[in-house]
Amino acid sequence: MSTPLFAYTLRLADDALVLGHRLSEWTSRAPTLEEEMALANIALDLIGQARVLYSYAGEVEGRGRSEDDLAYFRDEAAFGNLLVNELPNGDFAFTVVRQALVSAFMLPYWTALTGSRDATLAAIAAKAEKEVSYHLRHAAEWLVRLGDGTDESRRRSIAALEELWPWTGEMFEMPDDERALAEAGIAVDRAALKAEWSRTVDTILEEATLDRPRDGWMQTGGRRGVHTEHLGTMLAVMQSLARAHPGATW
Amino acid sequence: MHPVIPSAESILPVSPAIPASAADTPADERRARAWSAAASVVDPEIPVLSIADLGVLRDIRFDAAGRVEAVITPTYSGCPAMNMIAVEIGLALDAAGFPDAKVTTVLSPAWSTDLMTEAGRRALAGYGIAPPVGRAGGRRALFGETSVACPHCGSPETERISEFGSTACKALYRCRACREPFDYFKCI
Ligand SMILES: [Zn+2]
Repeated sequence: MSTPLFAYTLRLADDALVLGHRLSEWTSRAPTLEEEMALANIALDLIGQARVLYSYAGEVEGRGRSEDDLAYFRDEAAFGNLLVNELPNGDFAFTVVRQALVSAFMLPYWTALTGSRDATLAAIAAKAEKEVSYHLRHAAEWLVRLGDGTDESRRRSIAALEELWPWTGEMFEMPDDERALAEAGIAVDRAALKAEWSRTVDTILEEATLDRPRDGWMQTGGRRGVHTEHLGTMLAVMQSLARAHPGATW
Repeated sequence: MHPVIPSAESILPVSPAIPASAADTPADERRARAWSAAASVVDPEIPVLSIADLGVLRDIRFDAAGRVEAVITPTYSGCPAMNMIAVEIGLALDAAGFPDAKVTTVLSPAWSTDLMTEAGRRALAGYGIAPPVGRAGGRRALFGETSVACPHCGSPETERISEFGSTACKALYRCRACREPFDYFKCI
C-alpha cells in the first residue's frame, strides 16, 4: 500500500537520482578536466541523496524493498521526478542553466525541510542543504561566466534559459498527498518558496547580464508519472545491468 | 590500504571524545581500547587523516551480549569512501580482539568540518591540503571566494580554479606565489 509519506519520499529520491544520472553522463565529455570532476562530484552528491531517500522510502513502505529495488525495478510511469531533471543534457550552457534553476529551488527546499517533524527527512535535508549550497554557487558562477562571456556563450545561455523556463513551474506544484503532509509539518509547501527562488534567480541573471524570460505556459506531468520521451531511454540505460543480472554485486 | 593495528597496550584514546579519566573501570577500558582501534582507521583518500580526527567516528558502544558497535557519520551523502571505511573499522576491531563488529551509520547531527580536530587540521596541512578556513555555519554567499593560504609556501596569494576538486570535499586552488596547485578542504 502506498502511503503519502512513501510516495513523497520516493519523489524526492527520483528527483535526485534522475538529475544525478544526467550529470554523470558528462563524465568523459565535459569541456575541461576540472569541470569533468565538478560535474561528477555534484552527480555523486545527488546520487548519494537519492540512496538515503530510497532506503528510507523502502523502510516507510515496510515491504522489504531496498534502495536498488526502488531505483532499478520500477518503470517510467512509477517515477515521480520533475520533468526538468530528465531533459537531456544539451550543451554545457543548458546543463549549467538547469543546474542553477534547480539548485536555486532545492537550497531553500532542503533548508525548510530541516524543520520537518519527520526526524529522518530532517536529517537527510540537513546534509543535502550543505551540498546544494555548493552546487548553486558552482552553477551561478558558470552562468555569469557564460552569460557575460563571448557572443557564442551568451547566445547559448539565452537559448538554454528560454528553453528551460517553461519547465520551472512544476517545481512549485503540490501534489494532494504532499499538501496533507505539509500541513502536518512533515513536507514543505513548495509554492511558498517561489519568492526566494525568484530573488536568487534574478540576482544570478543580473550578474550574468541576462534577461529573465517571461512566465508563460508551464509543462507538467512528472509528479503523476507522465514523462517526456527522454526518461524511458535514460532508465533503460540506467536499469539494464541490474535487470539483466538481478542481485549482481561488485 | 590496511588499517594500522594498535598494540594491545595502547589503551589511551586518541580522540578527545573520551575523557582522559574515563578508563578507570574494565568496561571503560574496553571501550577505550575499541575506540582506539576504530580510530586508527584512516580516510582512504587522505591517509594522514584518521576517522576520529575527521569527525566521522561518533561513538563506540556495546550491546548486552558484549558485541561492539561503531557509530559513524558520512561526510558527504555520496562519499564513496564510507563503504571502505566501514569495512576497515570491522577489520581493525577484529584485529584488536572485538570480533563481529557492527558498524552503524547515523545522519544526525549532520557532519561538519567543524568536527575536525586540531591534530587533523595540522596533518592535512602537512600533507599539502589546505584545511578548512573558518566555521561551517551560516548560509554561503552566492558568489565569492574563500581566502586560503597556500599549504606549500604559506602565501595568501592564491586563487580558486574549481569549486570541486579530486573529491567532493575538496576545491582546487592555485598559488600565485609558488605557482603550485593545491587542494583545499572545503568548509561544510
Ligand atoms: Zn605557494
